[in-house]
Amino acid sequence: MQKIGVFVCWCGSNIAGTVDVHAVAEAMKNVPGVVYATDYQYMCSEVGQQKIRDAIAEYGLTGVVVCSCSPRMHEATFRKTAEKAGLNPYMVEIANIREQCSWIHKDKEVGTEKAITLAKAAVAKVLKNAPLTAGTSPVIKRALVIGGGIAGIQTALDIADAGYEVDIVEKSPTIGGRMAQLDKTFPTLDCAACILTPKMVDAAQSEKIDIISYAEVEKVSGFVGNFTVTIRKKARYVDITKCTGCGACMEKCPSRKGKNEFNMGLNTRTAIYIPFAQAIPNVACIDPEQCIKLKTGKCGLCEKVCSAGAINYQQQDEIIERQYGAIVAATGFKPIDLTGFDEYGYNTCKDVVTSLEFERIMNAAGPTKGQLVRPSDGEHPHEIVFIQCVGSRCTEDAGKGKTYCSKICCMYTAKHAMLVRDKYPDVNVHVFYIDVRTPGKNFDEFYRRAVEQYGVDYIKGMVGKVWEQNGKVMVQGSDLLNNEQITIPADMVVLAAAIEPNPGARDLATMLTASMDTNDFFTEAHPKLRPVESPTAGVFLSGVCQGPKDIPETVAQAGAAASKVIGLLAKDHLVTNPCVAHSNELLCNGCSQCEKVCPYGAISYIDKEVRGPGVREVRRIAQVNEAVCQGCGACTVTCPSGAMDLKGFANRQIIAEVDAICKAQ
Amino acid sequence: MQSTVKEFKPLIVAFCCNWCSYAGADLAGSSRLSYPADVKIIRVPCSCRVNPLFILRAFQRGADGVILCGCHPGDCHYTSGNYYARRRMTLLFSMLDYLGVDRRRVRVEWVSAAEGARFANVMNDFAATIHELGENVKLEDLRCKQ
Repeated sequence: MQKIGVFVCWCGSNIAGTVDVHAVAEAMKNVPGVVYATDYQYMCSEVGQQKIRDAIAEYGLTGVVVCSCSPRMHEATFRKTAEKAGLNPYMVEIANIREQCSWIHKDKEVGTEKAITLAKAAVAKVLKNAPLTAGTSPVIKRALVIGGGIAGIQTALDIADAGYEVDIVEKSPTIGGRMAQLDKTFPTLDCAACILTPKMVDAAQSEKIDIISYAEVEKVSGFVGNFTVTIRKKARYVDITKCTGCGACMEKCPSRKGKNEFNMGLNTRTAIYIPFAQAIPNVACIDPEQCIKLKTGKCGLCEKVCSAGAINYQQQDEIIERQYGAIVAATGFKPIDLTGFDEYGYNTCKDVVTSLEFERIMNAAGPTKGQLVRPSDGEHPHEIVFIQCVGSRCTEDAGKGKTYCSKICCMYTAKHAMLVRDKYPDVNVHVFYIDVRTPGKNFDEFYRRAVEQYGVDYIKGMVGKVWEQNGKVMVQGSDLLNNEQITIPADMVVLAAAIEPNPGARDLATMLTASMDTNDFFTEAHPKLRPVESPTAGVFLSGVCQGPKDIPETVAQAGAAASKVIGLLAKDHLVTNPCVAHSNELLCNGCSQCEKVCPYGAISYIDKEVRGPGVREVRRIAQVNEAVCQGCGACTVTCPSGAMDLKGFANRQIIAEVDAICKAQ
Repeated sequence: MQSTVKEFKPLIVAFCCNWCSYAGADLAGSSRLSYPADVKIIRVPCSCRVNPLFILRAFQRGADGVILCGCHPGDCHYTSGNYYARRRMTLLFSMLDYLGVDRRRVRVEWVSAAEGARFANVMNDFAATIHELGENVKLEDLRCKQ
C-alpha cells in the first residue's frame, strides 16, 4: 500500500500570509493514501529537509508531496532530499501553492481552498508515480565553435587552454570577423588589429584548435555530450595545404572588379583573393562568381603563376561529419540594410557612409590608406555630421528598423569624432543624438573628452532629411536644446546603423533547436542567472549573436561560455532525464505514427518476439532511444493504440490530476 | 422566501507547458498579478503532451472550461510540439459541437515565460467568459443511465 507524506511550507509569510497552512495539512490527513501531513516555516531549509527525511524513515513513506514554491525552483532540492532518505527521487511531487496560489490571491479562505485542491491533485499524481532511474550517456570530449570572430576565437582559445580539442567553423575564408575590420577600439584607442591578430595566430598555432574556414554547418543531430555535425567545406579552388599566401596570383588576376567585402565594398578586389594581409589561414580563395576561368573556361593565369601548384579549378565542396560534446554559437552581427531609410540619403549619395564603412576609411590598411577623403571625389572633407540611432530604438509602428538599442554606437561615434578631430583639427564634427549612453568603465570620461577636449559638437535631436546640393550633403535636423531647426552643409555624413544578428543565425538556431527572440538574437536559458547557455542542453552562446555588446563584454561572455563547455567536457558521463517515452509492446502495432512526429528521431522499429497473455509472436514494435528522447510527449498523443506513454507524465498521472481537481470542487 | 440559487463557482483546468506557459504563470505569481482561484494548473512537459481526451475527461468530471497554454509558435522548447498541439486542438474544436460542448469553453493560448502579465490577462479573460457561459453540461455516457 502506498504511504504518502504531505509537507506544507509556509515560505515565511509568502505562503502562510494568504494560505492557512495548518488547515491545508489537516485537510490532507483525510485524503486516502496520505499517512502523514505537517507544515513548517521553510521546507527548503536544512531543518525542513530533515523533517522530510525523518518522516520518510519513520512512516515508511512511498511518496512525498511538498506544497511549496514552483517546481521550477525547488523540485530538484526535494528530490535530492528524498534520495538521501532512500526514496526514489521521482516519487516526489510539488504542489505549487506560492506562485500559483498565495501570491495571486488575497483572500485567505480562497487561497486555502485552492491550496488544498492543488495538494490533492499532487497526491493523486504521486499515487500513480513509478520509481524512475536516470540513465547515463557518454560525453565526447570535443567542442565546436560556430563563428570565427573575436567571440569564437576567445571561446576556442579558452577551451583549448583547458586541454580539450575544439573546432572553429567560419563561413568566410578567414577568421577575425568584425573586429578585424575595426580601426581603433574604444575607450583606450588600441589598434584593433594589434590586439586581435595575435589571438588569431594563437588559434592557428594551437594544437588543440582546428580552424575550418570557408565552411558552414549543414546539419546537427544528437544531444548534449553527443552531437553529430555535418559541415560543408566550400570549394575555394585552392589547395590550402600547398598555398603559401605569396599573393602572386592576386597580382596577375585580370578579373579585378569584385566587391571587396572586407572593405565594405568601398573598393574592389581580384577574383582570386586573400581577404586581408593578416588573414588566417593566409591562403587564397577564388570567387567562382567572378573568376573568368571558372565561368568561361578561358584564363588560368593564376594557375600559371602559382609556384606552389596550389590552384585546383576542379575542387568540389567537401562534406565532413564530426562528433562533438558541446556546441557554441558565436555567429556575430552585421549592420542592418538601410533600404527604407531614404531620408538619410544612403542609397543616393556617395558621401553618406555607415560607421563600419567609415571605420575602413580611417584604417591605415583600408581603401584610402587611412586618409580621410570623401568617397565621391576624393577631396578632404571639412564638415562631418554623424547621425546616431539609424534604425536603432525605432518604434514598432515605424515599420522599419529595430526596437532595441544597438549599444555600441554611442561609443564608436565618440571614438570616430575624436579620431577625426585628433588627426584633422580643421574638420568640424557634429553629432546628432537622441541620448548618449555611456554605461561602461571609462566610457563617460571618454565621451566627455570628445566634447570637452576635442570640441565635438553634440546636438540633441533627430535628423529629418539628408540631400545633395551643390556638391554638399545638406543635413536638416532639430536642435531640441535650443528649440530650433538647423541645416548643416556637410561634406560627409556617417550613419550609426543599427546592428542585427547575422542572417544565417536563424537557420542555425533551427538546426540546434535553440530558441531565438523576435529579433533573431539567441535566447539565453535564463536572462540573469544563465546568460551564456541556450535553453537547449549542450548549446552555449558567445558574443553578439545573443544580444548587442562591445568587445570587452564579448570576450567576457566568450570566456564564460568556454568555462561552461569545459565543465561539460570534464565529465565522463552525463545523467539523462528519465522522464522519457516508452512503448508498451503488447499494445504497439508498429504503425510508425510516433516516429513521424518525434522531433529528435528517437524512435525506431524493431522486430521483437512479444509475449503476453495468449500472445507469442514476432511483431514490429516501436523502440525509444532513451538517450535521445527529450520527453516532450508528442508521440503519446499521436499513438492510435495508446501504447506510447511518458514516464513522469503518464496518461494515468495526468488523468488522476484532472480527476482530483474536478472532484475537489 | 429563501434563495436556493447557489453562487456559480466555475471550475477551470489549465494545461501549461513546463517551459513557457508554466514559467509564465510563475512570473504572474512573482509579479503578484491576480487571476481567479477557479483556475487550476496542471503542468505538462509540452502542449503536445495534452491528449484531447484529457480535456474531454475534464468535461466529464464537471469542468466548466479548459485552457491549453503553450509556447508561441516557433518557440517550442521541443521545436515543433506546439504545432502538433495546434492541429489536434483544431480537430477537437470541430468535435465539440458534436459533443454539445460550447466551443468557447475550450481555449488555446500561447504564453511565453516572459509574459506574466499576459498569462494573468488570458486567465482573467477566460474566467470571465466561463462566468458568462455559466455551468457546463456534464458529459455523461447515456448508456450508464439505462
